[in-house]
Amino acid sequence: MKNTSSINIFLKEVGETSGFGWRFLTQWFRPRYEIKEFIKQCYIIGYKSLPLIGLTGFIMGLVLTMQLRPTMVDYGVESQIPAIVGIAIIREIGPVITALIFAGKIGSSIGAELGSMKVTEQIDAMEVSGTNPFKYLVVSRILATTFMLPVLVILSDTISLYGAYLGVNIRNVTSFQLFWIQVFDSLSFNDVLPAFIKTYFFGFAVGLIGCYKGYNSNKGTEGVGKSANSSVVVSSVLIFIIDLLAVQITDLLGFN
Amino acid sequence: MIENDQNNTIVLKIRNLNKAFGDNKVLSDFNLELYKNQNIVVLGKSGSGKSVLIKCIIGLLKPDSGSIEIFNKNSLDLNTDELDKIRAKIGFLFQSNALYDSMTVRDNLEFPLRRHWISYSQDEIQKMVVQALTDVQLAHTIDMMPVELSGGMRKRIALARTLILKPEIILYDEPTTGLDPITGKEIINLMVEIKNKYNTSSLIISHDIKCVKYASDNVIILLEGKCYASGKYEDLILSKDEKVKQFFE
Repeated sequence: MKNTSSINIFLKEVGETSGFGWRFLTQWFRPRYEIKEFIKQCYIIGYKSLPLIGLTGFIMGLVLTMQLRPTMVDYGVESQIPAIVGIAIIREIGPVITALIFAGKIGSSIGAELGSMKVTEQIDAMEVSGTNPFKYLVVSRILATTFMLPVLVILSDTISLYGAYLGVNIRNVTSFQLFWIQVFDSLSFNDVLPAFIKTYFFGFAVGLIGCYKGYNSNKGTEGVGKSANSSVVVSSVLIFIIDLLAVQITDLLGFN
Repeated sequence: MIENDQNNTIVLKIRNLNKAFGDNKVLSDFNLELYKNQNIVVLGKSGSGKSVLIKCIIGLLKPDSGSIEIFNKNSLDLNTDELDKIRAKIGFLFQSNALYDSMTVRDNLEFPLRRHWISYSQDEIQKMVVQALTDVQLAHTIDMMPVELSGGMRKRIALARTLILKPEIILYDEPTTGLDPITGKEIINLMVEIKNKYNTSSLIISHDIKCVKYASDNVIILLEGKCYASGKYEDLILSKDEKVKQFFE
């Protein structure tokens, strides 16, 4: 009985989130266009996330290289470290880890911000003031997360590879040029394009879930906390599901 | 607009309004008429449906049945654009003030002017913002953030935002709740001043007797979703009806 109830709640949530996503798709290209708010959100979501994304990216590349090295030495393929690290970062680790950090920082802040706006009647006040709050708050944020995450992933991948270069040079000496030549030689169009495209879906998922949870927040301040928390949890799970689907689709299309 | 016997104009007319949330019937055949330059205070216990009533009037909630005529137009039959034009003539002071935390006082006041069918020059907007802030004696806070202001100041700024488009009707949702008695009295005085200065009509939701005493021309007691009693404050305090008396004790 309890299981049936949980399944019902889950299905209801999925249905409502899909409805929210559909509402976004039907509204985003209709006037009025909230360009100023979109640019503001791009600045907050993109530019202000850069230090955190950059730092974690750098550590990710450095640590991955250092931990990979002993095994590579055992197999006598130490020289292949830049190639393997490059593929791992560009295809999988860069997009997924960056998206997860993005979900933690941006998903929670969108959930909490819209949640607190909801419980303090600010969203109602916008509606009374003649502004469509869905377009002003939701559409601008989902578009900003969708377009900013790919940019952040590119920057994170670059910084991460720089971290990997430093990791290689802790024990060995490899020139900067040689490192990058090895990385780019190992990469093909089929590695870069699917990885890049899926980041748009990751960004969309983070924005959609954060906005949905915040916009439908209730039960006062407790509800705001729950919105922030569930925004991170649900969008993180969704990132893995999208990643799984992306791998299957690219495999089917012959990109692997 | 409808002219009544006293040659007054009815600006808001509610007929047989019903609203329920599941099995909980909040408004039941509720009726009300608000005249030009009249202040009506709706008194009722917590959870009696007072806030639901004004949210139905402004269109934030959809009633189950009944009609709400604002300036002779049934607001329930209007499309989004028409409803927005009616809303521009109505000010709404939220109980929580609902100031936008992430914006300065200036941006908060400019927000209602973003309507696509309104076009003011930057100079005009600046003048309107300063005038609205001067009306509430807070012109010096123009570049401050809401978080930097006290509760009473925030209430005044919210009131200034409601006044920016010179509304003909103002809906106040518990304007003095959460304020100390002195600040509460200041807000009541301000409400009376606004009425006299701009000839506005107001529907005030409250359970503050001071607010009823000083700001009302007429009082409506909302009980079990219906208008249980109505009249002037001076008459109602003399009522022998136990249910009416409990509000004034």
